[in-house]
Amino acid sequence: MTAIPLGVPRRLVEFTLDGQEARVPEGSTILDACRAAGKDIPTLCEGDTLRPKNACRVCVVEVEGSRTLVPACSRKAEPGMEVSTGTERARHSRKIVLELLASSVDLSTTPRVAGWLKEYEAKPDRFGPDAARLNEEPKVDNELYVRDYDKCILCYKCVDACGDQWQNTFAISVAGRGFDARIAVEHDAPLTDSACVYCGNCIEVCPTGALSFKSEFDMRAAGTWDESAQTETTTVCAYCGVGCNLTLHVQDNEIVKVTSPHDNPVTHGNLCIKGRFGYQHVQNRD
Amino acid sequence: MDLHFGDSKPTDDERAAVDALLGPPESSWEGADRSDADLRWARGGRAARDRRDLLLPGLHALNDRIGWISEGALDYLCRRLTVPPAEAYGVATFYALFSVRPRPATVLHVCTDLACAAAGASELCAGIEGRLGPGSGVSVQRSPCLGLCERAPAALAVKAGDPVRTAVSAPATVEQAVLAASAPDSAPEEPAAVMAVPQAGDPSLTLLRRVGVVDPASLDDYRAHGGYTALRRAFELGPAGVIREVTDSGLVGRGGAAFPTGRKWQATASQPDHPHYVVCNADESEPGTFKDRVLMEGDPYALVEAMTIAGYATGAHRGYLYLRGEYPRALRRLEHAIAQARARGFLGDDVLGQGYAFDIEIRRGAGAYICGEETALFNSIEGYRGEPRSKPPFPVEKGLFGKPTVENNVETLVNVLPVLTMGAPAYAAVGTAGSTGPKLYCVSGSVDRPGVYELPFGATLGELLELAGVRDGLRAVLLGGAAGGFVRADEMDIPLTFEGTRAAGTTLGSGVVMAFDGTVPLPRLLLRIAEFFRDESCGQCVPCRVGTVRQEEALHRIAERTGAAAADDIALLREVGRAMRDASICGLGQTAWNAVESAIDRLGAYA
Ligand code: SF4
Ligand code: SF4
Ligand code: SF4
Ligand code: FES
Ligand code: FES
Repeated sequence: MTAIPLGVPRRLVEFTLDGQEARVPEGSTILDACRAAGKDIPTLCEGDTLRPKNACRVCVVEVEGSRTLVPACSRKAEPGMEVSTGTERARHSRKIVLELLASSVDLSTTPRVAGWLKEYEAKPDRFGPDAARLNEEPKVDNELYVRDYDKCILCYKCVDACGDQWQNTFAISVAGRGFDARIAVEHDAPLTDSACVYCGNCIEVCPTGALSFKSEFDMRAAGTWDESAQTETTTVCAYCGVGCNLTLHVQDNEIVKVTSPHDNPVTHGNLCIKGRFGYQHVQNRD
Repeated sequence: MDLHFGDSKPTDDERAAVDALLGPPESSWEGADRSDADLRWARGGRAARDRRDLLLPGLHALNDRIGWISEGALDYLCRRLTVPPAEAYGVATFYALFSVRPRPATVLHVCTDLACAAAGASELCAGIEGRLGPGSGVSVQRSPCLGLCERAPAALAVKAGDPVRTAVSAPATVEQAVLAASAPDSAPEEPAAVMAVPQAGDPSLTLLRRVGVVDPASLDDYRAHGGYTALRRAFELGPAGVIREVTDSGLVGRGGAAFPTGRKWQATASQPDHPHYVVCNADESEPGTFKDRVLMEGDPYALVEAMTIAGYATGAHRGYLYLRGEYPRALRRLEHAIAQARARGFLGDDVLGQGYAFDIEIRRGAGAYICGEETALFNSIEGYRGEPRSKPPFPVEKGLFGKPTVENNVETLVNVLPVLTMGAPAYAAVGTAGSTGPKLYCVSGSVDRPGVYELPFGATLGELLELAGVRDGLRAVLLGGAAGGFVRADEMDIPLTFEGTRAAGTTLGSGVVMAFDGTVPLPRLLLRIAEFFRDESCGQCVPCRVGTVRQEEALHRIAERTGAAAADDIALLREVGRAMRDASICGLGQTAWNAVESAIDRLGAYA
């Protein structure tokens, strides 16, 4: 959640991070401490605007005295803790998690993952050509956004954003169990039959591109999607008095998607259907 | 929350099933006919959402009456409880006993798990499927362990209707299983619970003492056999005194984690936050385990009394008994026992006239091994998907409904009765210094007298197996169930204690002792174990969700291989297994690879 320091300053927790003294405000996670110390730990299901779900386990670190590894994204730093981030044991688990994901899910649009696969020398191919994959077809059932669950790592972020943490619409949930678990609306129906209000807050938090603007999906399919040719302009939504910030992603003078800054103290990256998708009138040229 | 519902309507039967549980709807919003009054008041908000925990009972009500859960039925239940349909759909699809697709009213669950596999389950299954094909009105489902391993192979028929009918066939033949499925009412009555206790009548028994001796339906008979003396003793001692006795007795949890019970009770009792809850974990689903079923069927009041004591000691006024969905007879016995106890003042506002209020509610599981994990169990009761929560916070602080909760399994709880009646010193004198008291074992497989055995901690594996009449040609013994480990036939002197099994590099787990001769090839058993965990993973974390799949694939590849031909896949299994053990959220993923690893390292599988 975005930290807006309010009220009395928090006490500092002292502990050891990779052999060095570390001090972080009480309530900080190990991951917060790592980031403050300039250490890069891979994360996938962690989200800056959401409570940690710690489901992916790619961020695990070793804590002295703990039987298992602990997820850095959700475990709070405690006084006297001894944390090691780069041990063989921690790196092994991260590597396997990356391999398990990359062998079952299409990670082609997940930022940074290619670099981590390389860094950890992960070889997803070693599970063989018959290794089970999700094998999902993209669900294109509305004009605004596409659900391509072949890319879904089941991080629960969209569910949390649509549910009690932000949108309170509860349009989506995890259905099924185990490897067959999928994000779905009730009865596996099309989105248009669901409670979805098309706020796109789930797209905002999706770390893999499984949820994407239809415009982006179509351009990728056509081979015209080119992030390096895009500009980002942050402006204020003009539809109502809330004044949400919009970041317009523009390619070839066309808005191709709309995001919102996560550090905005009022909206934390959330928008409604108008701000998120109601930009067509801006580019109607006749 | 702005709920959205589709156009599907419930049938009259579906509506009746839900209304039987929740009462008639009060407004058109809940699905009643629209009336003028509806325009003048609104219902919902907190009061309605507080009933979320009735979601699982509601799904059961539909599944029991209709056999599956339709769109219209699910939507109606959601309206009544103010639950978003997407979430309810996520919950309904989590449990193996429910279906959101149409299916015949009768489902025959045929166990294909370890003990049954060794007793010919695959031939049985093939035979049954031959007789009950499409159009037979019965859907045949291969099932994980049904908790009837002493009578393997086992089958359970469930025929939806009002009321739902069930019949057990074990040991099953094709004939009998087909009969149970097609006419559950005329299937022969199951043998009494005492038939699963080969030591019955032995005066040295403590926990199993009353099984087969008391009439499980009679509260008076229970009292005539020493029932409710422990609760009276508890009232004399006061809550702190009870906790002191339990702590001094050295009693530790029997579910596998071996945590000191007294400490858990103390930690819950001392929480300032209220209310406190007692939860009895009767979701016995570890393959090979059936002791809780035998206790609940044979001596149900003992559990009611023990839960009352736990509630009294920890300052709770409400207990939840989370019972495995596959135990219809235990359900009937406990429902009856709780109703009797309530009618006679052993539960209710003023237990035994002592001014202490306590009551127990039964919640049925619906076919999910993971719900035996304590925090998954809480989620399940609360009406959410049975996914484990991350710890900390621990249940003693934030458990059921976010409140301090003491969670114990059936065997642990019933041990509290002798602790109080014998007194802590006498109880602690039983067993060894590190593992006190009596212990129950579920012995099945290649033995002449399978069943639940009770021995003081410290007996050796060999002594137990001798008692059970182990057959010639013993190859391996699985200790602790699918999450446990194999030991060799020449390791009979392993002492059955927590410390003894640990020293021998294995585990006591929940007390499963499954004996295997050579008739089923080891790789097939290992494959079955891997398949079990793949099926039962909740799917929340990557190491377990995908790791169990990759392990099963590797075990398939090497099913017929040995030596160098298997070496690469064994290395792969080890690497994946290590990450599952280190990085999974809960015990399921952390232990899923134990048994296979032990078979490779100890038994030389694939060598
Ligand atoms: S667009 Fe908004 S309402 Fe629709 S699923 Fe995503 S978060 Fe939920
Ligand atoms: S769709 Fe995206 S946000 Fe939702 S669970 Fe999958 S990867 Fe996470
Ligand atoms: S280890 Fe398995 S069962 Fe446990 S939380 Fe993870 S996926 Fe679920
Ligand atoms: S980022 Fe920490 S568990 Fe996923
Ligand atoms: S009932 Fe079949 S293995 Fe337990």
